[in-house]
Amino acid sequence: MSRLYPFHGGLKTVRHKTESNQQPIQRAALPRRLTVPLRQHIGAMAKPLVESGKHVLKGQMIGQADGYISAAVHAPTSGVVTAVETRPVPHPSGLPDLCVVIDSDGEERWIERQPVDYRTLHPSELRNVLRNAGIVGLGGAAFPSAVKLNLGGHCEHLETLILNGAECEPWITCDDRLMCEQAAGIVAGLHVMAHLLAPREVLIGIEDDKPEAIAAMTEACVGTGYEVRPVPTRYPSGSVKQLVKLLTGKETPVEGLPVDVGVQCFNVATAYTVHRTVDHGEPVISRVVTVTGHVSQPGNFQTLLGTPFAELVEQAGGYREGVERLIMGGPMMGFALHSDEVPLTKAANCILAASAEELTPTQPVMPCIRCGACVDVCPADLLPQQLYWHARAKEFDKAQDYHLFSCIECGCCSVVCPSHIPLVQYYRYAKNEIWAQEKEKQKAELARQRHQARLERLEREKQEREAKLRQKAPAKAVKTESEQGGKLDIETAVARAKLRPDSSTPTATSKQDA
Amino acid sequence: MIAAIIVLSALAGVSGLLLGFAAVRFRVEGDPIVDKIDAILPQTQCGQCGYPGCRPYAEAIAAGEADINQCPPGGENGVAALADLLGRDPKPLSAEHGVAKPKMLAVIDEQNCIGCTLCIQACPVDAILGAAKHMHTVIASECTGCELCLAPCPVDCIDMVPVAQTIATWKWTYPDVTVKAAA
Repeated sequence: MSRLYPFHGGLKTVRHKTESNQQPIQRAALPRRLTVPLRQHIGAMAKPLVESGKHVLKGQMIGQADGYISAAVHAPTSGVVTAVETRPVPHPSGLPDLCVVIDSDGEERWIERQPVDYRTLHPSELRNVLRNAGIVGLGGAAFPSAVKLNLGGHCEHLETLILNGAECEPWITCDDRLMCEQAAGIVAGLHVMAHLLAPREVLIGIEDDKPEAIAAMTEACVGTGYEVRPVPTRYPSGSVKQLVKLLTGKETPVEGLPVDVGVQCFNVATAYTVHRTVDHGEPVISRVVTVTGHVSQPGNFQTLLGTPFAELVEQAGGYREGVERLIMGGPMMGFALHSDEVPLTKAANCILAASAEELTPTQPVMPCIRCGACVDVCPADLLPQQLYWHARAKEFDKAQDYHLFSCIECGCCSVVCPSHIPLVQYYRYAKNEIWAQEKEKQKAELARQRHQARLERLEREKQEREAKLRQKAPAKAVKTESEQGGKLDIETAVARAKLRPDSSTPTATSKQDA
Repeated sequence: MIAAIIVLSALAGVSGLLLGFAAVRFRVEGDPIVDKIDAILPQTQCGQCGYPGCRPYAEAIAAGEADINQCPPGGENGVAALADLLGRDPKPLSAEHGVAKPKMLAVIDEQNCIGCTLCIQACPVDAILGAAKHMHTVIASECTGCELCLAPCPVDCIDMVPVAQTIATWKWTYPDVTVKAAA
């Protein structure tokens, strides 16, 4: 048994795993209408490739990755695009976002699927294949994986590749079931990742409350050199930096990434989608999602992206009485949805129908007594009470001095706070404000530059005009001379005319006539 | 007596040389406080402060000619930041220079635009695109919402619309919590 390096803090939370992990993954029924958001990942929104009225095949790319940090989006089934417009999406704001709406034709007709041989492909070509398959981290963050599969300048040589099967949040069991049922597929995807990153060792971290998954993965890893490492069940062991610390003892630097210390980490479900793409030519069009909580038959469902949550809940037997809130993600880090008519996205690992039983009762908030309980549980080694202090007072620069951005928003501090202060809400608020101010500053800087450029241009034009005038000036001087010459001519002409005897007569006559 | 005079004169001479050298060597071009004030101002270039742009206003503040509360787009936060920088007391925005408004964006009704280029000439950040007798349009990402294009438009075809909130610009709000005092 290899050594583990426990991270600071963390919590033993209620588990609630058995509600949903007792039955195999079921295939969710094909919905009549799918709403596929074009922004299901971190980074730029995918560029729509289809328009209303167009027929699409299952697996056809409908949104193209736009920029380096972006991911492609594909049609989850065959059918007709009925709209490309903003629709409600699962997001804490409840705001709509651009989606492709597809009416399925029920035929499930695939595009031509082309598996690739990853060993013969050039690494950048292989990354492109994964990028075009829309592969993102399925643990919940949805960061484009192709970016992480390129070491770039972060480190010369990767020490450790970690596959994250910890699944530390209560209630969620989708990774657990996937490891039990598709261990071989996950390991096949891991081969591709290891091929690209060439790590010295490959570790698979799984919390020890999933013995079945640990057994299945250990068996699948026989003869591969990959090592399954059970880790103690302690929230948030599935958070990247905490898992890296736990398995390798390495601390990720502040404002850095694990790859800066030679470690890269992927979710097990992400590895499985890599396998589906490379070995079967299938892009990411579905994922396993846990539907649990206050529903009649909780379970895990292999679901097409774009399926409305309401239909999924129906397949899980429908709501039981007393559901107060629908949460996407777990109870610790998830967020409440505004409606159940939003579609499933790549980031959605769990739908939790919460009643008063599942929710911790909201208790009156009392002043911070500086007991330090939050410091004891903070897995990021921060001082949550100081962060709260400064975030509450809107002293953002001071909050940053206490490393606000190292906060992973795991919620441990809020759970243990004896004064019931919603600490994480303050940190989220402060982070958002700082980002907004930063953006504002960039915009102001752009405006300043453009105004400066305009002033310079106006000045230049003025000078050019003056220069032109000066150029014309000598010509004008000559003209004046010639004009003067002209006057002289006229005068001489007049004088000459006067000299003529009959010259004044007609004028005089005409004047007399008038 | 003479020794003291010689020593003091020598000290004065050396200090003078040092100061003279420092004045040349560490000379600061321009006025750094103007840059610092300019960095706080929102760069709307709207002229509501009574100066032709943010930098002239920054220069006026630095020279003591203008007060720190004449910038409505900067809002109360801007006044507070200026007060902090200059070591003065924050004060409310001066009413005669206008009130703080939500961020706006100029939109040209392209059907009615006659292509007169007057708004293009008025825009302080060159955010309007177009040519004589051709339709004009506002480059949304560059518009500062200064409203300077409204007045010159002979056909009144420019509207100020509030910047719509999207998922990319949405923010978590300040927690709505009433703290119950301990009994």
